[in-house]
Amino acid sequence: MTALVRIPTVLRPAMGGDTSVTVEGSTVGEILDHLTAEHPAVKGQLLNSDGTLHRFLNVYVNDDDVRYLGGVDAPVTNGDEITLLPAVAGGTL
Amino acid sequence: MTRFASVLDLIGQTPIIDVSALSPKPNVTILAKLEGRNPAGSVKDRVALSLIDAAERDGVLIPGKPDQVLIEPSSGNTGIALAMVCRLRGYHLKVVLPSNVSPERRQLLFAWGAEIIDSPGAEGSNGAVRLAQSLSADNPEWTFLYQYANPANPEAHYRHTGPEILTDVPEITHFVAGLGTSGTLMGVGRYLREHRPDVQIWAVEPPSGEMVDGLRNLDDGYIPPIFLDNHGAQLLDRRVVVRPRESIEWTRRFTEVGLFVGLSSGAIMAGAVKCANTIADEDSATIVTIVPDDGWKYLSTGAWSDNIDDVVERAKSIIYF
Repeated sequence: MTALVRIPTVLRPAMGGDTSVTVEGSTVGEILDHLTAEHPAVKGQLLNSDGTLHRFLNVYVNDDDVRYLGGVDAPVTNGDEITLLPAVAGGTL
Repeated sequence: MTRFASVLDLIGQTPIIDVSALSPKPNVTILAKLEGRNPAGSVKDRVALSLIDAAERDGVLIPGKPDQVLIEPSSGNTGIALAMVCRLRGYHLKVVLPSNVSPERRQLLFAWGAEIIDSPGAEGSNGAVRLAQSLSADNPEWTFLYQYANPANPEAHYRHTGPEILTDVPEITHFVAGLGTSGTLMGVGRYLREHRPDVQIWAVEPPSGEMVDGLRNLDDGYIPPIFLDNHGAQLLDRRVVVRPRESIEWTRRFTEVGLFVGLSSGAIMAGAVKCANTIADEDSATIVTIVPDDGWKYLSTGAWSDNIDDVVERAKSIIYF
């Protein structure tokens, strides 16, 4: 499975500056593992030491927050779009 | 009843309109609760009144005592609603406002006599919260109601918005609302959970303003204390994110049913449509959604009149949730 992962501005400097990258994996956890293997500097920003999601990181598969779809075990299918969004007080457009 | 003693008596009891003409599925009814009908123009009237009433009840604010000052961070609607209530109750309000909110919001705050303290636009709502916290710490004589953490915020929705919805729509199957302070979702959500445990509670995450999120790293993130206090993660069934373009598209589509609504209403409707699309053809569902405010405060964005690509680009730097 391959998914397109959208990288938020705040994480780009530590991940080579790309706005999005293509990553292999069949679950959100696998995707994040592959991502952090390539960019070890962001590991602590994405995952806690027990492998759960950082409290200020929201991960969406397509439009859905994975915390309500099984967390890091949420399945990913080919062509899915994964968005990493920091938890902030409000949004804009 | 058509005669009222105070404008504050006009808060709440908002109408619910059937907007199923916008539903993607014939078996899914969508109903919108029009919070723009509140006197200061948004759902935040309920919150402002609840915050002030609670502070007076607790003795934090003393009606009639001169020179009482309040400070509050707001992207607009809470500030505007508080300004109206404070004007009537005789308190001086300082609103910490990101510099990049729509100009109409500034005008409304001015109209009701609030003082505006600008926080850096690039830091978004996070920056406004931080600045209000620091000003409050430096001026302990000011009252800091802190809508993001004050239980009187969700309480307004638990005591009023939730019961109004269940009275008007006993057949409700889904509730969809936007996630700002999380007050609406926590209050209505908790009320519905207690009275209709089967109702699905969906949160719509506003499009994240990457240009204005004010983050140096992820640890600068922020989760409203009331979301944590109400066990928000357990209360919600789904949380969906919407994109800038679909928010504008649905804001425009509301006019097909005669409604002129604010941009967050378009975002929430986009979420309600995603919710409707999960319903199987053989099932039926009744989704209740919230229209937080009307469109007037957003005319300067050109949301209805200009080329949609330009509107989306322009609106990316405006805070509206």
